[in-house]
Amino acid sequence: MINYFLVFVLFGVGLYGVLVKKNIVKKILGLAIFTYAVNLFFVLIGYKAGGAAPIFAVGSEANFVDPLPQAIVLTAIVIDLAILALAVAIALRIYEKHGTFDITEIRNLKG
Amino acid sequence: MRHGIITLFLALPLAAAFLLAAVGGAKRRFAEIVGVSSPLALLALAVYVFFVRGSEPLVYSFSGWPAPLGVVWVLDGLSMLMLLAANFVAAAVAVYSVGYMKSYTAPAKYYALFNLMVGAMNALALSGDIFNIYVFLEIASVAAYALAAFGLGRDELEASFKYVILGSTASAFILMGVAIIYSATGSLNLADIAAVLAARTADSSGGAIRLAALLMTSGFALKAGLVPFHAWLPDVHSSAPSPVSAMLSGMLIKVAGLYAMARIFFFIAPVARIMPNILVFLGVLSMIVGVLLALGQWDFKRLLAYHSVSQVGYIALGLGLGTPLGIAAGLYHLINHAVFKSLMFLNAGAVEYSAGTRDLKSAGGLAARMPVTGATSLTASLAIAGVPPLNGFWSKFMIIIAAFQAGRYFAGAAAAIVSVLTLASFLKVQKYVFWGKTKENLSSVKEVPLSMTLPMAALAVACVLLGIFYPVVRDTLIQPAAMVLVRALEYSAGAIK
Amino acid sequence: MRQNTPQGMSVIVKTVTRLTVRLIFLFGVYVILHGHLTPGGGFAGGVMLALAAVHVMLAYGRDTAMKELSFSGAQIFEGIGALAFLVIGLSGLAAGVFFKNYLAPGTPFEFLSGGTIIISNMAIGLKVMGGLFAIFVAMTFFQGGGTDDKK
Repeated sequence: MINYFLVFVLFGVGLYGVLVKKNIVKKILGLAIFTYAVNLFFVLIGYKAGGAAPIFAVGSEANFVDPLPQAIVLTAIVIDLAILALAVAIALRIYEKHGTFDITEIRNLKG
Repeated sequence: MRHGIITLFLALPLAAAFLLAAVGGAKRRFAEIVGVSSPLALLALAVYVFFVRGSEPLVYSFSGWPAPLGVVWVLDGLSMLMLLAANFVAAAVAVYSVGYMKSYTAPAKYYALFNLMVGAMNALALSGDIFNIYVFLEIASVAAYALAAFGLGRDELEASFKYVILGSTASAFILMGVAIIYSATGSLNLADIAAVLAARTADSSGGAIRLAALLMTSGFALKAGLVPFHAWLPDVHSSAPSPVSAMLSGMLIKVAGLYAMARIFFFIAPVARIMPNILVFLGVLSMIVGVLLALGQWDFKRLLAYHSVSQVGYIALGLGLGTPLGIAAGLYHLINHAVFKSLMFLNAGAVEYSAGTRDLKSAGGLAARMPVTGATSLTASLAIAGVPPLNGFWSKFMIIIAAFQAGRYFAGAAAAIVSVLTLASFLKVQKYVFWGKTKENLSSVKEVPLSMTLPMAALAVACVLLGIFYPVVRDTLIQPAAMVLVRALEYSAGAIK
Repeated sequence: MRQNTPQGMSVIVKTVTRLTVRLIFLFGVYVILHGHLTPGGGFAGGVMLALAAVHVMLAYGRDTAMKELSFSGAQIFEGIGALAFLVIGLSGLAAGVFFKNYLAPGTPFEFLSGGTIIISNMAIGLKVMGGLFAIFVAMTFFQGGGTDDKK
């Protein structure tokens, strides 16, 4: 149970970074942290105490951890990679145009 | 093999996208041919599939693994409606892009991203698997983030960054919801989840599913741009290149937001009853706030973006009423809004292309100089404001009637009042941009090239036809789609006594 | 790859890089080819292949490294990998169902087993290698003002 609690703490830390921090790079780091928290949560769901790695060998007992969350998290990690790369590329472009990473100084749009 | 044709909805645009990505520095002409022919072929494919498909929903299992083990795609009336609408808008926007994107470099990258987004939207409409929905939602979103920043100007970058951060936050919430649903039911297949939950008693896993529903609803509502999650939408839709805005506002917010929400939650027993109420609440809020914010706008595209918030509210209200008439009206408004809002964004793009301005006050009298743009824009304005016999009238009328029938008098009255305010707002657009005397500095403005007028004309004709042939459209397209959701609601409501 | 260029890191790093980069590349190929037997596969192996290229770039500096490696090459690899993966799926469609594993499954734990999975892993590896390296190179373009080649 403590694991789940810690995952939610991590989620909160990431969300805090995204919502509160003024620096674009810190926002991106916050995004990374809380997507990791979600991935970790997903892996925890499939975890089974004492379970073996889900590689089927002849004669092995079928006491595996659930392999589906692991496959899903791999997919989710690849998606997060794409988003992170895109966010960093946009942040670099913003730095080129504005010369700053501070979100309060580049606010043109009213939102 | 015969059913396998529906995989082309994903394979074809992906092939075009990857080909264009591989030859990044290709000639503009080549990029245009590949990039535009793929959406056109998809539109033809959608029409073909519409005529050859049977009356039963088609379930297609990937790589031959049966559900719930394998990933399945489901082609039912609802998916068919989304496919037709998405590919029609995509084809029109792709043709329009040929003219509009001339002033931008890297055409191969633009069309690659565009095809990626179209393919992901098609796959999202077909998915019958909750994680599959998440994956294609993300692919469509990543392509949208990149397309929104395509101009690389100050505003584009800022808006796109906002979109990336908020959109990814929403996605993380959605994935969290998927994880909770998986842990509660042990399945990712939508039909399987619904069956597992329907077989249980009400409170054995209701709490977990409600938590998942809360997380996912906020995620999808952000993707749909419903108030109070709408902050990114006006920025992104007004700063992106116009064809991209048309695609985002026309289709993406509906497929990725409302469609996915309805597709998942109308089938899941413990939340199928509260979800309609949430949709009605968010819908009425969006309708009112969106139109009030739109009234004060003087930037053409920003005004349209706020109207998108308002009109998405109508769709959410219709779907949320939960009655057969309400759902049919919501879905009808969904395709109507896809047609006329993408047309309006293309009009705004044409005005920006020729007159070089998006400010309503600095334009004027353009109808004389740009007859096609003026006429199509008038059609779209009347349609969005709900003037008979155009398509917007029927769907709004149905929504209002359905709201009163369902006993939601406040929602019905709000829908009627917002409709009047919408008309006022678009009369302002017509008055300042298209009517009156042509301004001195705009006297040399010319009509946009044929590749841009043709899609606008096609969309305007669709506005008229969808309105005039309303009974035919209702019986062949809307009703089968609405029945999917109505049956789902009945099924999941009947599961819990 | 000359040793005494002024760019890049110290001579120790360059020497070690020269010795290890081929091994890293080889290990990436191993992980890709054994994706159906051991942990890892197309994505993990592809990352290793990309890291081999990134390694050279970090040690020798961008200008020296880009004489050997090219950005458009990475893009082409990425496109070909993705197209190959799609072709595998479509060839499955020709054999009955999209992404059908139509090759003989073979004996488990043999190298040639798992049907189309080994080919899919190769396609994914190619795609990931090209994609990740292209991302890395694109990021380095921003150094020192950057190039505003796109509108």
